[in-house]
Amino acid sequence: MNERGATSEARYEPVIGLEIHVQLRTRTKMFCGCELSFGDRPNVHTCPICLAHPGSLPTTNERAVLYALEIALALDCEIAPRSIFARKNYFYPDNPKAYQISQYDTPLATAGRLGEVRIHRVHLEEDAAKLVHVSESGRIHGSGESLVDFNRAGTPLVEIVSEPDLRDPAAAREWLQLLRTTIRQIGASDVNMEEGSLRCDANVSLRPAGSSGLGTKTELKNMNSFRFIERGIAAEIERQRAILDAGQEVVQETLHFDPRGGSLTSLRSKEEAHDYRYFPEPDLVPLAPTEAMLARARESLPELPAERRERYAAELGLAAAQATQLAFDAELGDYFERVVESAPDVDAPVIANWVAGDLVAALRDADQDGDSPASSRVEPPALGKLAAMAQRGEVSSGAARSVLAAMVAEGGDPRAIVEREGLGQIDDSGELEAIVGRAIEAEAEAAERVRGGNPKAIGPLVGFVMRETKGRAEGAEVTRLIRERLGA
Amino acid sequence: MNELLELSAAAALRRIEAGELSADEYFEAHAAAAAGEELNAYLWRAEPGEARPAPDPEPGSGRGAGDLRGMPIAVKDLFCTEGIETTAGSRILEGYRPPYTATAVRRLGEAGARLLGKTNMDEFAMGSSTENSAYGPVLNPWDRARVPGGSSGGSAAAVAGRLAPWAIGTDTGGSIRQPASLCGIVGLKPTYGAISRYGMVAFASSLDQCGPLTRDVTDAALLLRAMQGRDRRDSTSVGIEAGVELPSREDLAGLRVGVARDFSHHAEGVEPGVAETFERALATIEELGGEVEEVELPHASHGISAYYVIAPAEASSNLARYDGVRYGLRVDGERGLVEMYERTRARGFGAEVKRRVMLGTYALSSGYYEAYYGRALRVRTRIAEDFARAFERCDLIVTPTSPSVAFELGARTADPLAMYLSDYFTVPMSLAGIPAISIPAGLATPPGGGPELPVGLQLTTPAFTESKLLDAAHALERAFAFEGAPR
Ligand SMILES: [Zn+2]
Repeated sequence: MNERGATSEARYEPVIGLEIHVQLRTRTKMFCGCELSFGDRPNVHTCPICLAHPGSLPTTNERAVLYALEIALALDCEIAPRSIFARKNYFYPDNPKAYQISQYDTPLATAGRLGEVRIHRVHLEEDAAKLVHVSESGRIHGSGESLVDFNRAGTPLVEIVSEPDLRDPAAAREWLQLLRTTIRQIGASDVNMEEGSLRCDANVSLRPAGSSGLGTKTELKNMNSFRFIERGIAAEIERQRAILDAGQEVVQETLHFDPRGGSLTSLRSKEEAHDYRYFPEPDLVPLAPTEAMLARARESLPELPAERRERYAAELGLAAAQATQLAFDAELGDYFERVVESAPDVDAPVIANWVAGDLVAALRDADQDGDSPASSRVEPPALGKLAAMAQRGEVSSGAARSVLAAMVAEGGDPRAIVEREGLGQIDDSGELEAIVGRAIEAEAEAAERVRGGNPKAIGPLVGFVMRETKGRAEGAEVTRLIRERLGA
Repeated sequence: MNELLELSAAAALRRIEAGELSADEYFEAHAAAAAGEELNAYLWRAEPGEARPAPDPEPGSGRGAGDLRGMPIAVKDLFCTEGIETTAGSRILEGYRPPYTATAVRRLGEAGARLLGKTNMDEFAMGSSTENSAYGPVLNPWDRARVPGGSSGGSAAAVAGRLAPWAIGTDTGGSIRQPASLCGIVGLKPTYGAISRYGMVAFASSLDQCGPLTRDVTDAALLLRAMQGRDRRDSTSVGIEAGVELPSREDLAGLRVGVARDFSHHAEGVEPGVAETFERALATIEELGGEVEEVELPHASHGISAYYVIAPAEASSNLARYDGVRYGLRVDGERGLVEMYERTRARGFGAEVKRRVMLGTYALSSGYYEAYYGRALRVRTRIAEDFARAFERCDLIVTPTSPSVAFELGARTADPLAMYLSDYFTVPMSLAGIPAISIPAGLATPPGGGPELPVGLQLTTPAFTESKLLDAAHALERAFAFEGAPR
């Protein structure tokens, strides 16, 4: 690291806030009865309302409101007793009414928190249509024609705006993953970045370390994977640092992240900013959640990742990283808990290793890494049984891996597999000693080197024994016996 | 003239029920009259002999077919009618055939009414004379050199001119009541939320309300009854919970009738003929047993100023969808999208629409919002409070409907402010969302001389008390015994 970099890294602190859009998994659109569609022919899920025919009026999708309330409650927000829909006016072909129904000065919910990050607001709005530019460049300027697919127009969206509480790109990525799991747990959305049901923009600024003011921020768009979020923010921090180091000022603007080159290009500066002429949507009454709706939303909240992580660490004694891994992947966490339940004699951290370590690795080795443990052939009680057998020394750890591989391949009961394959641990030390003897004869050259004081040469000897015993011997015991016989 | 054209709708219904008149014969008489009309009242007419059957009621609507027994009805061209051209009086929607029918029209159909025609109107309901129609002005049947009022001028002229037994229109700041007054018929603007707005081409969403234009108060009650009610397609619709009684009252005994000085014959700019007719109406009210009391509406005189901020603001947003992309007129640009928008809207909209879209866009702009829109909303709240306070002291309030009788074509087209003042008496009720009705109270000589022309009296009551409003109007209608008809 050069000296200048070191000083400027210390001199500036990044301030990062995220703005997230989540497509809800309702059956129908936000303000009309058209079904949500994924991959259907263009313009088949449309009606006078989402095509903005004259005289048509929106009506609010109650299921979308419930999902939004569940998200807001999961984020520990204050729910507005009456929130107001507003019109955001702008002309564009993907915006059929020429206004988007959104929420503006009175959003559904405010003042929440998820993990270490405060939530500024949560509100409901509708998605735009999809534009297809028919040109070689793929850009609208200079393109011969643009086609509009209104299937997506009016899809319910929840917008979540965080406070600028994040301080580095990795933390931003991690927090977004927590948010995604939280929403997935609720079942409110598919939250898939590649498919666009989860979209994230970031506001980034730098300020002098130790100061509490805010520098000029820029808005980053088009970071459509978790990796790009981290890379995009990192690139922007570097860009701003260079500007400040050169004694210049950061310009407030919207930047487009190009994941291929990692570059940032300006979309529009503040001078060209739209005046959206927000005003209250006169076609809709204020959104006033009833006590019954709030109660229903509260009741349907599952245990959320942050709570689950806390429980895994405090009650089950899992290490922080493993608690996070299992809590943030709800399916994996559920699977883990079923194994724990079926094997009361095995410590939870050991089971966590079996699930998140051995089983995931075995699935990957079997080319089943598309499979999660939950969708694999390995039943949680069977894995629990295997863990217990290993703990009692009924199978060696090497043999246990073979048993697990067999379970991944065909399912079934670990004890039956052990018996069928003859994988029970060799506890007859006479048998093992005989095999060690044969190993010293077969690998005489290696044996000689061990005797000569090279402990690293023991590998071929251990390998021979393991092959002969099909992994039924415990490695540590084999090493001990070989050394003993060679006087090393 | 065919004597069938002289019947009120209720009278025709009684004859049809008694088997003395065939519904088809009655329909055909009006279809023939509409086909030969010279007022430019219609933009679309049912072909004689081709009356469409009334649609079946929507399943589960609880609405029975048949009450209106095949009655013909004229519908303002602001209502969407499936497969039938709906222009809102604008070039930008020329040839537009909606894929659905407005709830109010559908309900009339379910009650047994049949569509006779779509009536001419000021473009997007913006106007008080129907001279802002892209399809030419409507003529007043009392004097064809004069306007019928607006924006529901086609509906008013059709009913007054015996081209339809009755009609529906829309009222945003007076667009039913003022043309009813100028054409000598009854026009009712119900409480905001009484009738669904679904399928009514929006002008100013927080003010627009559908209502009847009829020969008499009973006909207005019949149409209101058929159309009102909550509609799940319009979140702002609530319906009239108590229902609508057909009016029967013949006196005003025990009723306290409020008159506000600024909204009476003393108001500035009221023509002498209108003032005299209003004074006579007050005398009639007392003769019928009503007690005339002075009330205060201190903020109502700011109604026009607030209205001409709120309505254009909402309109600027409502009319933004006419962009040439999905339906209606498109004028392609040579330099891409923005030019296409500009050319389409430049050619598609008339001058008054452009004026209001610009006013409204300005009023909502950042930095001006509070000074204009925010302030107008506060005035609106004050006006509603004024009425609420006044109704603690009286049962209904009366005003002239319009400061003037029908004016000559072209007389106010060069002076938008003078045109806007046509709605001085009607705008406050629209801002307060309360029901108001105009009934013909007599005839008066216009300022420049000439044959006498109708003068309307406006009555207003608290929200959702349409039955009381109609009852009082019915008693006065009998007493006025207005029998004037255009020659
Ligand atoms: Zn739709």
